[in-house]
Amino acid sequence: MTEKKIRVLVAKPGLDGHDRGAKVIARALRDAGMEVIYTGLRQTPEMIAEAALQEDVDVVGLSVLSGAHMALAPRVMELLHANGQSHVKVFLGGIIPDEDLGSLKAMGVTGVYGPGANTEDIIRDIKLAVAG
Amino acid sequence: MTTPQAVLNGERLALARMLTKVENNSEEGRLALMELFPHTGRAHLIGVTGAPGTGKSSLVNQLALHYRKQQNKRVAIVAVDPSSPFTGGAVLGDRVRMRDLSGDPNVFIRSMASRGSLGGLAQSTANVVQVFDAAGFDVVIVETVGAGQSEVDIARLAHTTLVVEAPGLGDDIQAIKAGILEIADILVVNKADRPGVENTEKALKTMLELAHPAERVFKHHGTYMGVAAPKSNLNKAVWIPSIQRTISTEGTGIAELVDAIAKHTAYLRSSGGWALRERTRLEVELEALLREGLMNKFRESTTAEAFEQALEAVIQRKVSPWEAANDLLKGSTA
Repeated sequence: MTEKKIRVLVAKPGLDGHDRGAKVIARALRDAGMEVIYTGLRQTPEMIAEAALQEDVDVVGLSVLSGAHMALAPRVMELLHANGQSHVKVFLGGIIPDEDLGSLKAMGVTGVYGPGANTEDIIRDIKLAVAG
Repeated sequence: MTTPQAVLNGERLALARMLTKVENNSEEGRLALMELFPHTGRAHLIGVTGAPGTGKSSLVNQLALHYRKQQNKRVAIVAVDPSSPFTGGAVLGDRVRMRDLSGDPNVFIRSMASRGSLGGLAQSTANVVQVFDAAGFDVVIVETVGAGQSEVDIARLAHTTLVVEAPGLGDDIQAIKAGILEIADILVVNKADRPGVENTEKALKTMLELAHPAERVFKHHGTYMGVAAPKSNLNKAVWIPSIQRTISTEGTGIAELVDAIAKHTAYLRSSGGWALRERTRLEVELEALLREGLMNKFRESTTAEAFEQALEAVIQRKVSPWEAANDLLKGSTA
């Protein structure tokens, strides 16, 4: 029982109420042996960063289907850095236009996944990113 | 930077990281616990247990809000949810009900997976609680996994144990079974706006009256009759759990519940129960450490082959498991 578990915060920032994707991901990561902290709907970036700190997670997964990802993702990253959690890998899922991918990667988002993404790929990418 | 001193200084990131080390039972975590231990023993440990869906997390949320707003106490919450027995993974969802506490630097919520432990807590929950205690939190609320009937570890950890019930979960036979109801210092009937709340409360009252008979007067065939309370062979005052109705989504009944918790604390302080619970908790911890240490010592002193051989002999019915265990213990130098 001393093996280090991967801890992931799955959060839904912003105002859309579509949490099915987040729940599917939470369940898939659970089945991959990770400990998933699920925060529920309508979280502010401040709430997400605070939870990430208290839970000492390795990964934050954001689910955004409102189109506000270009405002929410950088804000979450900024707060994580400010809290001394620059090592936390941020993953993003939802409806993300291709033209945003470059700037999201540039700001340090580790992975971006749209509809139809394979959970196996997400699990592999998380494990790789955490192993660093 | 994750030093015990940083935890004592109240650095939140250091605290969060220390909790991980302690939860993982790492060498660094153990060394830190030794340093932190002299600073423990000040926090009031409140346990919250009950069946899944009775509203434990929402109740914890309301309790923490009350302690923050009315009493300005620093509150830590340890919320335990089950790990999958198959993959070891977990979804920890108690924070969903605790969003009201967000943004308050004097609240710290930590989710824990049970990691194979069956008593309603994780193996390292007691140690995590110690870290919060040392870090200066006045109240540490521990929420167990949704408990069935026998997940009673919390009673050995907490000073005050709340058992949360909700209307419609069982009849008066459930209420006289051994187990979880026995450990309650306070019984909470949550979701008290639901139908059936009177029946639930009555069943619990009946259970308490069976356990703590008191003088009562009742009508039998038209005549009033009195029955004196049986003489207790204990001279000291006995704590009789109170039953509190709450509606945690609205905050109804929370102030009364906090009063009941304060009364229980006062009772523990005046009756010597507080010291007794401290003693029990530390005794359990010491025994667990001894067991672990002896097991490690045994493993070091015996070879895997010797164990395999003994196991094989048992499988072939050549020796019984008792004999095999005795032989292994004799063969080792432990």
